[in-house]
Amino acid sequence: MQIDWIYGLIGGLLIGTGGAIYLLGNGRIMGASGIIGGLVDGSGRSTAMERIIFLAGVFITPLIVLQFMDRSETNITNNIVQLVIAGLLVGVGTRIANGCTSGHGVCGMSRLSIRGFVATVFYILAGGLTMAILRHVLGWI
Amino acid sequence: MKNVIALIAGMFFGGGLIISGMTNTAKVQGWLDVFGAWDPTLAFVMGGAMIPMALAWAYSRGRTPLTGGSFPARPDPKLGRNLVVGSIMFGMGWGLAGLCPGPAIASLGFGGASLWIFIAAMLVGMLAAPKVRNAMDRVVPAE
Repeated sequence: MQIDWIYGLIGGLLIGTGGAIYLLGNGRIMGASGIIGGLVDGSGRSTAMERIIFLAGVFITPLIVLQFMDRSETNITNNIVQLVIAGLLVGVGTRIANGCTSGHGVCGMSRLSIRGFVATVFYILAGGLTMAILRHVLGWI
Repeated sequence: MKNVIALIAGMFFGGGLIISGMTNTAKVQGWLDVFGAWDPTLAFVMGGAMIPMALAWAYSRGRTPLTGGSFPARPDPKLGRNLVVGSIMFGMGWGLAGLCPGPAIASLGFGGASLWIFIAAMLVGMLAAPKVRNAMDRVVPAE
């Protein structure tokens, strides 16, 4: 696992390049929860096609990369209750906070947005605390 | 043109997510697991992503987007309850499954039924968000 950080860095640069293209090309912030959320609640109806095509790119490209790289491991749980609770929390939370890891984290912090930093601190703290309690106190995950 | 740009951006995003290992929930949970086998990969992903993004923000000053319109204005720096409470809820879900919205879409094509269940719940959560926000307003007014 010594070279994982190199893949992390390369992947990160690609993610940031995608965000830069979306910003400079379309004048929009590449936030996954915002792009999806705008389709779900209808607030992004006027830009629906652009959102759907963006998400199609996110969906399809990994399937192409998988032809060349062994990256099919997801280690996702099969526990339906855990998946549903996690999904609900991510859905509600990102919409109430108006952003997730890509919007607040990548796009927000890179323009030195206070909101981006505060959101990132809170979701990392909450995630870390969740892991600490569920894995080390309760031993559930 | 906007659609072509959206496709290219989405392809970079999806490709970066899988190459970086962020579609592997064990790596995300490993980053959050400071008391276990801590995995620093996510910091490199986040740091790497912020480099082109910071350059793009710098370049955008005094210019307009390629396809017209204007760049997003700086948001009101007000922090507020929604930002904090929402981020805490998101972080809890992120830790619980090791997934955030981007990687969930990126692994939907190969991750099996678990990913579809997570996404379905996430979409329901997104639809319910305004109701949750209103309910919070009744207890503690936003600001």
